[in-house]
Amino acid sequence: MQDELKKRACELLADGTVNRVLGWSAGDFFYDITPTVFESAEDINKNFVYNDFCGANLSKYLIAESQKEGKIAVFLKPCDTYSFNQLMTEHRLKRENIYAVGIPCDGKVSAETLHDAGIHGILAVKKDGDDLVCDTVYGEKRMAFDVAQDERCRSCKSRKHVVYDELIGEEGEVLDSHRFDEVEKLEAMTPEERFNFWQGELSRCIRCNACRNVCPACNCELCVFDNPKSGVFSKAASNDFEDANFHIIRAFHVAGRCTDCGECSRVCPEHIPLHLLNRKFIKDIDTLYGDYQAGEKEGQMSPLSAFTEDRDAEPSIVQKGGIR
Amino acid sequence: MITRISADRLPELLKQISELEKLYIPVDKSDKVSVFEEYEPGKVMSTKLNTLRSAKDFFFPQVQPMAKFRMEGKKIEVIDPRTEAEDYCIFGVRACDVRSFDVLDRVFLADPVDTYYENRRKHATVVSFACSEPSETCFCHSFGIDAARPAGDARMWMTEDTIYLEGISGKGKALLEKLDLAALSAVTDEKAERDVQEEVRRVHEIQKKMPLYSLTPADNREKELEIFHSPIWKELSDKCLGCGSCTFVCPTCQCFDIEDFDGGHGVERYRCWDSCMYKDFTMMAAGTPRKTQLERFRQRFMHKLVYYPIRNEGMYSCVGCGRCLRRCPIHMNIVKVMKAMEEDAQCETKN
Repeated sequence: MQDELKKRACELLADGTVNRVLGWSAGDFFYDITPTVFESAEDINKNFVYNDFCGANLSKYLIAESQKEGKIAVFLKPCDTYSFNQLMTEHRLKRENIYAVGIPCDGKVSAETLHDAGIHGILAVKKDGDDLVCDTVYGEKRMAFDVAQDERCRSCKSRKHVVYDELIGEEGEVLDSHRFDEVEKLEAMTPEERFNFWQGELSRCIRCNACRNVCPACNCELCVFDNPKSGVFSKAASNDFEDANFHIIRAFHVAGRCTDCGECSRVCPEHIPLHLLNRKFIKDIDTLYGDYQAGEKEGQMSPLSAFTEDRDAEPSIVQKGGIR
Repeated sequence: MITRISADRLPELLKQISELEKLYIPVDKSDKVSVFEEYEPGKVMSTKLNTLRSAKDFFFPQVQPMAKFRMEGKKIEVIDPRTEAEDYCIFGVRACDVRSFDVLDRVFLADPVDTYYENRRKHATVVSFACSEPSETCFCHSFGIDAARPAGDARMWMTEDTIYLEGISGKGKALLEKLDLAALSAVTDEKAERDVQEEVRRVHEIQKKMPLYSLTPADNREKELEIFHSPIWKELSDKCLGCGSCTFVCPTCQCFDIEDFDGGHGVERYRCWDSCMYKDFTMMAAGTPRKTQLERFRQRFMHKLVYYPIRNEGMYSCVGCGRCLRRCPIHMNIVKVMKAMEEDAQCETKN
């Protein structure tokens, strides 16, 4: 697949469809993937990478890239296309400057998962049937691909691309992924257990803002937490509650707009399962307003910003003649 | 003098230390999370390579209360929260993190001494833990750190069946002398020395096979402006998300901000970690001195690889722990920067 993408990227540059290509490159290892803008076939042939570790969602980069001169090609995995649509809905992308190429995805792996499983000194990784085989300085180590995958991929919501100008590979389906199972486990807890769970997780937060800065839904020009005039400005918590406060406010701000791409959990250096907070909101929205998938269609109205008298969870809030 | 103890006596060893002073050890909270925690009987020491947060937390915590202000009418009462710390022991610090203490000391213990840091620092006894299984992201070796023979007040090696202990500083030796080693059937002999030598040799051999083994930082002290104006920064920083994860997982990053929290019943002044990667870092009335991500990104790496060495006899402000290699959301990191610098320097030479 990598070779096919490289070839297509070079063609798009050569025939003048675009003047830049947004893809991925790797560094010293095969897994240290960096989203990268390529401007020449030479650069693409040398550095372009598409492998099991290309989890990074490229859609958010388009906010800045699509404002630049000329058209840019971007490779989008199925779940990245949902973010793309959502950003379009929010008027954050200049569509005429983008050429979107849908590409297939079989689930992605974070090298952290391998390291956390005690696999160190990794020199190379290859797939062997259902296993990932790691060649390490300590010998060969195996891990089932299913286990190695990010949770977001194990419970993948869709292999279907919801937007593209061109598709490479076969189109997939929206999946019945049981992604709410993890949320149900949290819902089954007593309030005290649940509080302790989140307190335990969120107390590790170092407020590095990786979750926020990687999040395609977090696209404010100036975040309330960076704005000294907002009243909630802070760089760290002065008490236990505040880190939770940051994440709760963030979850509310992206509710109805979060596509469940799972980037927040992928990048969290403290391994906090942040996406479960957002997924709970998605589940609640589904329950209260009917099934809704953010980013499924461009221009769709979020249930949280579209009031319907017959279907609203709190119909008494807005009534004829105003609030009563 | 090296003492050997059967590895299954580790809990007893830890218990003995904890009876002398407060003891902190790395603990696995899950397969993904290891943190330093106060020891209690039953807690098992993590043998993972690194804790998620670095050990700098002990001396330079994420949040440090500095003062409280209580107001009554027109009177303001200032409360100083500082109390003299008790002696405590941090057990199981890796070689990279131990070196980070030297880097931080040169900042916080230089005149004017940071009393908050000094208070925690001087009461700590650091027992380091030699690495037996370094990873491909480890490059402490590049900065002259020996993962197999870490510094500290005392150090420990652990093989499959044996623990080896050696006192280094006066403080470390004094701690080991206070232990009832006979109760642990400890033996101090030639064999312990030989075993450790063999273990050190074994780990050094492993390190040679690592992809970053040959990474050598250049001495950039004479090239400050050249590197500052280099074209490498644009390409490297273009990809940066501008988050602070590299800064906050870094054992040597030391920048902070001071903020006031007004809880309604008075003000708490605290200092907290800050990141030069942030837009509002060192914000002043006239704005921020570094307006673009390029400038901010450059600052972080110039500080580690150029400015700090200039002020500290060539010592780098990186210890090769590899946390940023593992945790940066987009895998941009100091190794990539060092390599780009090197390539750029080679191009310059050719031209």
